[in-house]
Amino acid sequence: MSIDKKTVEDVAHLARIELEAKELEKLSKQLEHILAFIDKLSVLDTGNIAPTSHILPISNVLRKDEPRKSLPIEKTLMNAPDKQGNFFVVPKVIE
Amino acid sequence: MELYKLTAHELLEKIKKKETTSEQIVSDLTKRIKGVDVKVQAYVRASGSTLLAPDSKPNGIPVSIKDNICTDGYNTECCSKILQGFNPPYNATVISKIISSGNSFLGIKCNMDEFAFGSSTENSCFGPTHNPWDLNCVPGGSSGGSAAAVAADEAIWALGSDTGGSIRQPASFCGVVGLKPTYGRVSRFGLIAFASSLDQIGPLTKDVEDAALLMNTISGYDPQDSTSINTPVPDYTKALINDVKGIKVGIPKEYFVEGLDPEVKKIIEEAINKLKTLGAQFKEVSLPHSEYAVPVYYIIATAEASSNLARFDGVQYGLRAKAEGLVDMYKKTRSLGFGDEAKRRILLGTFALSHGYYDAYYLRALKVRTLIKQDFDHIFKDFDCIITPTAPTSAFKIGEKVDDPLKMYLSDIYTISVNLAGIPAISVPCGFTKEGLPVGLQILSKHLNEEMLFRLAYTYEQNTEWHKMKPKL
Amino acid sequence: MKYEAVIGLEVHLHLNTKTKAFCGCSTEFGNAPNSQVCPVCLGFPGSLPVYNQTVLDYAIKVALALNCKVQEYTKFDRKNYFYPDLPKNYQVSQYDLPLSIRGFLDIELGGKFKRIGITRVHMEEDAGKLIHQEDISLVDFNRTGIPLLEIVSEPDINSPEEAYEYLATLKSTIQYLDVSDCDMEKGSLRCDANISLRLAGAKTLGVKTELKNMNSFKGVKDALSYEIKRQTEVLDSGGKLTQDTRLWDAKAQETVAMRTKEGAKDYRYFPEPDLPPFIIKEDKVAEIKKTIPELPKEKMQRFIKDYGLSEYDAKALVASKKGALFAEECLKRFSDKNKKPVANWIIGPLAALAGSRACETSELGIFPESLVELIELVEKKQIISNLSGKVVLEEMVNTAKTAQTIITEKSLAQISDSGSLNSVIEEVIRENTKSVTDFKSGKANALMFLVGQVMRKSSGKANPKVVQELMRERLESA
Repeated sequence: MSIDKKTVEDVAHLARIELEAKELEKLSKQLEHILAFIDKLSVLDTGNIAPTSHILPISNVLRKDEPRKSLPIEKTLMNAPDKQGNFFVVPKVIE
Repeated sequence: MELYKLTAHELLEKIKKKETTSEQIVSDLTKRIKGVDVKVQAYVRASGSTLLAPDSKPNGIPVSIKDNICTDGYNTECCSKILQGFNPPYNATVISKIISSGNSFLGIKCNMDEFAFGSSTENSCFGPTHNPWDLNCVPGGSSGGSAAAVAADEAIWALGSDTGGSIRQPASFCGVVGLKPTYGRVSRFGLIAFASSLDQIGPLTKDVEDAALLMNTISGYDPQDSTSINTPVPDYTKALINDVKGIKVGIPKEYFVEGLDPEVKKIIEEAINKLKTLGAQFKEVSLPHSEYAVPVYYIIATAEASSNLARFDGVQYGLRAKAEGLVDMYKKTRSLGFGDEAKRRILLGTFALSHGYYDAYYLRALKVRTLIKQDFDHIFKDFDCIITPTAPTSAFKIGEKVDDPLKMYLSDIYTISVNLAGIPAISVPCGFTKEGLPVGLQILSKHLNEEMLFRLAYTYEQNTEWHKMKPKL
Repeated sequence: MKYEAVIGLEVHLHLNTKTKAFCGCSTEFGNAPNSQVCPVCLGFPGSLPVYNQTVLDYAIKVALALNCKVQEYTKFDRKNYFYPDLPKNYQVSQYDLPLSIRGFLDIELGGKFKRIGITRVHMEEDAGKLIHQEDISLVDFNRTGIPLLEIVSEPDINSPEEAYEYLATLKSTIQYLDVSDCDMEKGSLRCDANISLRLAGAKTLGVKTELKNMNSFKGVKDALSYEIKRQTEVLDSGGKLTQDTRLWDAKAQETVAMRTKEGAKDYRYFPEPDLPPFIIKEDKVAEIKKTIPELPKEKMQRFIKDYGLSEYDAKALVASKKGALFAEECLKRFSDKNKKPVANWIIGPLAALAGSRACETSELGIFPESLVELIELVEKKQIISNLSGKVVLEEMVNTAKTAQTIITEKSLAQISDSGSLNSVIEEVIRENTKSVTDFKSGKANALMFLVGQVMRKSSGKANPKVVQELMRERLESA
């Protein structure tokens, strides 16, 4: 599977990561190399196999609808890079 | 008095006999850390911070903690710039269990590969940890700091995390014991997630008995973790039986092919012979889908990681880069904050899940995971356990593999299947190379059969001297 | 009509459990920002979700009330996208194995029933709230993690009126289950619409437009009406429509295209590894089914059958569950076979009183027996007029006294017994001999005059019909 620079750029945007030209170049090559290795999976016939998305044979894990204490506001905002009163602050979305 | 050289069970004896106290142990340990960590770099953010958690009880042994396990009041940063300054407002469940069992934990954290992405601890934003057996070599990863601290007697015992071998491989490289529990045996609540369906927290210790003791403390059902197993935890120390007569062991032929260092191979074979003389019965078996484990892992783990790491965006905690508007903030924060390996894995994972590629990559990987699990289920019908080398080589030099990500990924080749199948596995020291670097023997058992691991590992350990050897620092 | 509108509605519903979907934080509305949060709903590193049992039960209940098939195996998936009101930058939702599929809701419009298909009802969590200011946005995470149900209709709706009716019926049906307020103004019900036009009779669908930002059922109706008009104009003039998302501007009464168009979003759905799947067996479904009360549609049909009510009356009486229960108690107690007066009183004066007091008819504090007593008094003409009946009703609400008590106290009783009336009639005849003579000589008006005199003497309390009859009898017999 060859992965061109445009695809890497699109994927980087989906992941909200910005890549400089040199980085993009290097990463594209490395990813291509890794994907070529991963492509060995394509020889396997997985048609009738069920996918494993949960390795444990458990289901119906539920808790009761009983309230418990929330975090005090100081602890909630303790690590906030920017805050105002009781709110987190983020830059506006520029349309 | 060099208390730091002892194991946790030896220290507990001394405390019981009133020959020492918790405070003395911490004091000794502090001196040791101050003495040698400048060479080993097992700990991060160590200067000027308090070593011990304030509400420690007087009768316990301090546990050293990997930097991805949340400790209320003590920075937990996954050795990443993007989480710099993060002080969690809550304790991971394993930390609560350590406290309620009468033990304590060190406030300074063990070094690791950023977000557990790595097999050498070279991806830490604080720089690499050095293998105590040869300071020019890596300690393994991603729990390299924890393993090195235990090997260097800078920790009595430690917790690491294992997603594809991150406890076992560094244990092997550093000559200590490392166990990855059955998936779901130990709560993941408070473990900063890498790959949710693969991660487990586990012990890194000087000997098997300490691993059993620490497992007793940290294991058990947690109502805060939906993937936590709800069955009683046995007393693992009862499994420390020095007898393996009649135990049926499988040796997978796929693990003894090209790629395995010949010297390591010889050491493993000697260990197997030792167990043979002790009465264990060996037979060759096959795990036919072994060669697909690494590709499957690097799709599933990176896909889950790409989603788990999306929350690191500068909004609520950690690094926030200066930017123009929201999207710019996201991009600059994440580009500045994540290291190269993290970026690589996030991109790979995002790609594997993206529209048009999901079926060919992610879905296919989930199906092959089923095949890999079935391989193990089949063997465990007739065998009590499986034995393999933990890693294909001994510790490599710092810098040797950083420029070849794929080469680095292949050092996980023997440990990865275990996480994909959700089964437990342990690594015990079983010898040294000519260069004096440790080699680890890996034992695998079926789901929830840690007792089998402890029995085999304990027997081997008690009939050898490897666990008594210490690096010269 | 040249064009046919093809409309699908997507409703998001808050379930009124005590705690959030994945953590024990309270769901109470209106508290200080970021006061109902914890590491889980904040998405702090290391946190993990655990699902709320009651949310699952409520979800199954709604699915059954909407005639869906509850799937035996269902799981959560992650929907990945970046936005500041989404702390983990993914939403826990359901993708390919939703809780329930293939349901329907029957709506009634102009006396006819129409079946609107429901594609799916699935579970997910809500995001937080953003308050936009000049250069920054403030984020409040109280709402993150509140349990939501997403209800997607098939594109079976063909007019803004049908859309309105669908929403009203959906609301009243779900309110019967006591699992949600379904209040668009309070934000516990949100609705987006998809609309496309095609030539009447065509098989393929036209270009789809997504409509957002409607804040009321009327808003949905108006937005759809506007869109149909706008799209018709474009198509008629030979123009082409593009797949758009448009926002409804209630002030300007128009839809406006959204400025940013990122292209089709790639949410990279994959199964949520932190939450094991759910296996919902027949017995669980049956257990929940038992807790579903008679729903509005069935109740309406039963009211028509059992009480002989009209469709209009029955529909109005069953609109709310509590109201329907109250109405039925009244209908049962009313002795006459013709139950229309009960319907009239509840839908008319009682509803008006409730409206003026901003509450439900069942919350006015009137017992069914008391209302029935009043209605029977009016029907038997024991109150001087219908108007005074309304006065009595209001007094009953204000004072909690019975109708009879109030009538007596306020002297509103109408005199209908011939005993009391005859003496007044005799008195009037004695005092008005000229009118009596006039009546006997054929002047019909004289009778009304004499009746009027009786009314005057009794201060309006005499029953005029009875007086008229008695007077005529008396005059004709003399």
